[in-house]
Amino acid sequence: MGRFIVRRLLHGLVLLFMVATVVFVLGRLTGNPVDLMLPEDATAEDRTRLIKSLGLDGPMHTQFLVFIGNALQGDLGTSIRMRQPAVDLFFSRLPNTLVIIPWAILLAMVVGIPLGVVAALNRGNMLDRGAGTIAVLGIATPNFWLGIVLIFVFSVELGWLPSGRMGGPEHYVLPVITLGTFLTAGFMRLTRSSMLDVLESEFVKLARIKGLSETVVIWKHCLRNAMIPLLTLWGVFVGNLITGAIVTETVFAWPGVGRLTYEAVIYRDFPLLQAVIILKSILILSINLLVDILYAYVDPRIRLS
Amino acid sequence: MQRLPWIPILIILTIFAMAIFAPLLAPHDPIDQTLKDKLLPPFWFEGGSTKYILGTDAFGRDILSRLIYGARVSLLVALLALTVGGGVGLTIGIVAGYLGGTIETILMRLVDAAFTFPAILFALLLSVTLGQGLGTLVIAISLLLWASFARIIRGEVLALKQRDFVALAKVRGCSTLRIMATHILPNVLNTFLVLVTLNIGVVIIAEASLSFLGAGIPPPTPTWGLMVSEGRGRIADAWWVALIPGIAITLLVLSVNLFGDWLRDRLDPRLRQL
Repeated sequence: MGRFIVRRLLHGLVLLFMVATVVFVLGRLTGNPVDLMLPEDATAEDRTRLIKSLGLDGPMHTQFLVFIGNALQGDLGTSIRMRQPAVDLFFSRLPNTLVIIPWAILLAMVVGIPLGVVAALNRGNMLDRGAGTIAVLGIATPNFWLGIVLIFVFSVELGWLPSGRMGGPEHYVLPVITLGTFLTAGFMRLTRSSMLDVLESEFVKLARIKGLSETVVIWKHCLRNAMIPLLTLWGVFVGNLITGAIVTETVFAWPGVGRLTYEAVIYRDFPLLQAVIILKSILILSINLLVDILYAYVDPRIRLS
Repeated sequence: MQRLPWIPILIILTIFAMAIFAPLLAPHDPIDQTLKDKLLPPFWFEGGSTKYILGTDAFGRDILSRLIYGARVSLLVALLALTVGGGVGLTIGIVAGYLGGTIETILMRLVDAAFTFPAILFALLLSVTLGQGLGTLVIAISLLLWASFARIIRGEVLALKQRDFVALAKVRGCSTLRIMATHILPNVLNTFLVLVTLNIGVVIIAEASLSFLGAGIPPPTPTWGLMVSEGRGRIADAWWVALIPGIAITLLVLSVNLFGDWLRDRLDPRLRQL
């Protein structure tokens, strides 16, 4: 198990290095990155000073070493607009994002998985078609628009829920639905198709022959095994949630890292954006590593292969 | 066999026609501002007029005309990104699958890495460093596509290269390049076609999302995502500005997805898990 964790960790570090390299290269595609990093009212002295401090007067490989060296010391540059270290900005906003993501996952699990099971059990009839239609709609609706529709219906027309900003529990409802819909639809489709496979398998027949009640067979034996494809795709889901949060937080003026990313884009705040991307990558890799370890702990075949 | 999904096909054809014949169909100029007519509702609501069937936005621009021209951007970006991203994925998939060895290991590691990191983040970064534009957008969305194409095509190729006709071609002295181009490629085209269709929706949503986030084709060119973004602040007094273009996006994505599902069941049912 120890060796497995070390191997995964190294793998993650290599990926992180690749991300840093891509960010570094992209910053230099259009010439001197200093022009992307300085506010418009910067003087020539500011420019020279920044060039010196980032080592941009040296050859490319030294520049890269300085960039990596700074990053390792936790310095990912300073936001042009807010004039604060980008790393500080990211971590001050991160908790606000982390409070909605689990709810979106929970929504997807509580709604998506049972719907998928019910659809699989009622294959081909009205229930299955109904659930299928909901899933197809959930996947086709862009979430930035869904958020606006929800605001229009529940805030503007009905006046039931607030249209944005952080606050009490009622502030969470619409952002969580917006962020969780795509995932819910995905979970539903995936659960349905893997349930259909599992229902055909030998051990299910055996469980039935043993005389176990249908409820136990379906919700315990089948569902557990049907969850495996869901687990193998969590990497994609995590990525989806992180990008979904950009749009959701933008629509609901939610002060998390997603909104920070949006602000970095519209204000062309390059140092902030590059920091956000590197930090989000670290976040994604850490979550992936954690789930990998959990997964290997649950299923010994993984850590041996 | 399911029957032909004619409603989705009709919708797709309509939107295609809108895009191609935009200058002929649009009742107004999509960019012209008529400030005295701003924020008029669709004609069937009180205060609306048949002059602007779907109403006008905050600058008095005709929403129907912007919608029609916006279809051009959505479809053009989809076409280019699927050609570039799909093409790169197809090539990498064939090369990795057929050659195997170190090349395969390296390429597949890259594919895994691409799956780990959301391409949207790099798309946003590109729009800031390279500037907004069609080229940037196409590169950005291609980044989103190539890896899934490469992974699935490679899987197909792994099975194909064991087949007798490939061995026969080798015996006859065909070069590796020739085998890949004339024996492997035609046999993965069905899968490729299905993948392209299934990904049109992904591309359209990605383009709209990037436009919404201010990283798409820059204004004043009308795009559906930008229209939603512009109408967002007006949702309380002029809901149609944001809601109508969103309906167009959802309808188009829904149609291409339903069509894609049908095509997949027809041509390559093994891809069902997707």
